[in-house]
Amino acid sequence: MKKTILLSHGEGGIRTHELIEQVILKYFPSKFLSDLNDAALLPVPADSMLVFTTDNHVVDPIFFPGGDIGKLAIYGTINDLAVCGATPLYLSFSLILEEGFQIAELEKILASAQKAAAQGCVEVVTGDTKVVPRGMADKIYINTSGVGFKSHQKNLHPDLIQEGDVILFSGPIGQHGAAIMAERLNLNQDQALSSDVAPLTELCQAALNIGGVRVMRDATRGGLATVLNEFARNSGMTFFIDEMALPISSAVRNLCEIIGVEPYYLANEGAAVLIVSPDSAAEIETILRENKLGKDAAIIGVVQKGDRPEVRLKTSLGTHRIITMLAGGQFPRIC
Amino acid sequence: MTKMRFIDEFRTPDVVRSLTRQLHSFPRPAETYSFMEVCGTHTMAIFRFGIRQILPTWVRLISGPGCPVCVTADDYIARACAIALQHQAIIATFGDLMPVPGAGFSLEQARAEGADVRVVYTPHDCIDICRRNPDREVVYLAVGFETTAPISAALVLEAQQKKIANFSLLVAHKLIPPAMNALLSDPDLKLDGFICPPHVSAIIGAQAFEFIPQTWAKPCVIAGFESTDIMRGLNNLVEQILNKQNHVANVYRRVVKYSGNTHARKMLYSVFESATATWRGIGQIPDSGLVLKSEYSSFDAARRFEVKLPPLKPSKCRCGDVLRGIITPKECSLFATACHPENPIGPCMVSSEGTCSAYYKYDR
Repeated sequence: MKKTILLSHGEGGIRTHELIEQVILKYFPSKFLSDLNDAALLPVPADSMLVFTTDNHVVDPIFFPGGDIGKLAIYGTINDLAVCGATPLYLSFSLILEEGFQIAELEKILASAQKAAAQGCVEVVTGDTKVVPRGMADKIYINTSGVGFKSHQKNLHPDLIQEGDVILFSGPIGQHGAAIMAERLNLNQDQALSSDVAPLTELCQAALNIGGVRVMRDATRGGLATVLNEFARNSGMTFFIDEMALPISSAVRNLCEIIGVEPYYLANEGAAVLIVSPDSAAEIETILRENKLGKDAAIIGVVQKGDRPEVRLKTSLGTHRIITMLAGGQFPRIC
Repeated sequence: MTKMRFIDEFRTPDVVRSLTRQLHSFPRPAETYSFMEVCGTHTMAIFRFGIRQILPTWVRLISGPGCPVCVTADDYIARACAIALQHQAIIATFGDLMPVPGAGFSLEQARAEGADVRVVYTPHDCIDICRRNPDREVVYLAVGFETTAPISAALVLEAQQKKIANFSLLVAHKLIPPAMNALLSDPDLKLDGFICPPHVSAIIGAQAFEFIPQTWAKPCVIAGFESTDIMRGLNNLVEQILNKQNHVANVYRRVVKYSGNTHARKMLYSVFESATATWRGIGQIPDSGLVLKSEYSSFDAARRFEVKLPPLKPSKCRCGDVLRGIITPKECSLFATACHPENPIGPCMVSSEGTCSAYYKYDR
């Protein structure tokens, strides 16, 4: 086996088969995958609804404190299914590799993905591998699609949000985005910042078992603020959140204050927004906090009918400001 | 929320409430006081804390031109894009400049069309980029006020000392006090005092604002960015007016000295000298910009690269009037309609210190 990815690894010939059989399959020992069929034939539980999602992963750097692109790919797709109320089961895992990418690095990523799949109780059952010439991609891109199953009971949806509903967030805000930003800016030498990438399946199921959950969404790109704005737009309601109630780590807050970005626009990869009925809010907050991932879960606000669908933040002074959807990018301040 | 030193003790709600009560206790004036916060970060902070919601109705805050990106003329961005596309130079820039339109075209768009535009967090990254790309020119977009200019000066000195031949700067640094002077002489603008830019003050010192009380008989105060700082500053301005004792007050002594940072200024003026500069919306102001001194002229990207610039199209953008404090963004017909962060007509809508950006984010 060569040490670096060559174009011939993507030609479909002997090198491609070597790459799949000697490298990739080592990490994904699913019987569906080992058949090397063009598609995986999967059993479907009776009386279940199929839930399907897809994600592309292009994160840079590909290795970061708390994880890597492989772990991110697996958990990202698991979480998209989990917040929809599904039990994630089967994933595809497809690679676009840049010519010259080190196979040792690929194996690290695959090992990490394998571990994540085991911890997330999912199987990688199909995939694809392509190689592009040097410079046409940035090291490695991953696409994951995933299927899960849920009962035919009422689906979670922003349409279900009602006046008086309570807004919860399951973990400290902006953890993943802050870690990535700090790595890129070389501001994380002490590794105080670490991605929160983790599977949300247990947390979501615990909340659903209590009942009263209208909708959940993991707060990835664009952060908490973007999810709340999406919900506000879909539901037509005004979302009021309390700045002092937002769970935030000191490391994330330090970074944001120094470089002048808002933490609620930074991504999480192991935390979700939950909109729940007021009757079940306290119980759901308690059950989330009993989980390691949800120990900082907090009620952060309430949904009300307002003049227009928007998100309003109450500051420590008791004043209010609007939080819009992230517009443009977030850049460190100049002065 | 976890406590953060040097931040939270200056955001204590009880202290803010006390300062607010104090402000409200002053006698209502015959005419509303109009105070200008010069610095764009102050504009953002005022919105973030919701300061306007706790002020007496007779205190009006006007945002000023303290956004270095916003006051940079249209042709600067156009020139940067042209250098990148016509000379295949690497452009090193603060991220804030990326979406700013110049002649209808931004660095972001130039990058999408193949220009090599790289965001740097610190200008020092340019040295590394130069070393890794010895066969290519690297151009640093040197924007900012007195806070940032000394860093550019340090960069030039380092490049000279290390004999880095493929480095140059496209300079658009500006100096704040001349702009404040120009605003004070603007007959369309009625100002009763200034909240001076705190980080600029850290470099130039409180001394640099003496012309405001001495020439213009107006009060000014240097105040920090936190909620207690801003409220202290406003209280101070009203007290000065009531006592008829105009002076340069400093309620940000934890950062700003009367003499400022002499070392930074020495470095700055060893590399740069002042010259007339064009400020968007204000026009040309003598001695308000920085240019490289002749012994460093080889580092001047405007001289090094001849470019063909696209014609500058007139637009209905009123950034200039916003920067002068003549109108608020909401009084611009383009605000939040044709002009928004995803389609900015002017820089004020996309800079992180832009007044229009602040209004769009926090007070639409």
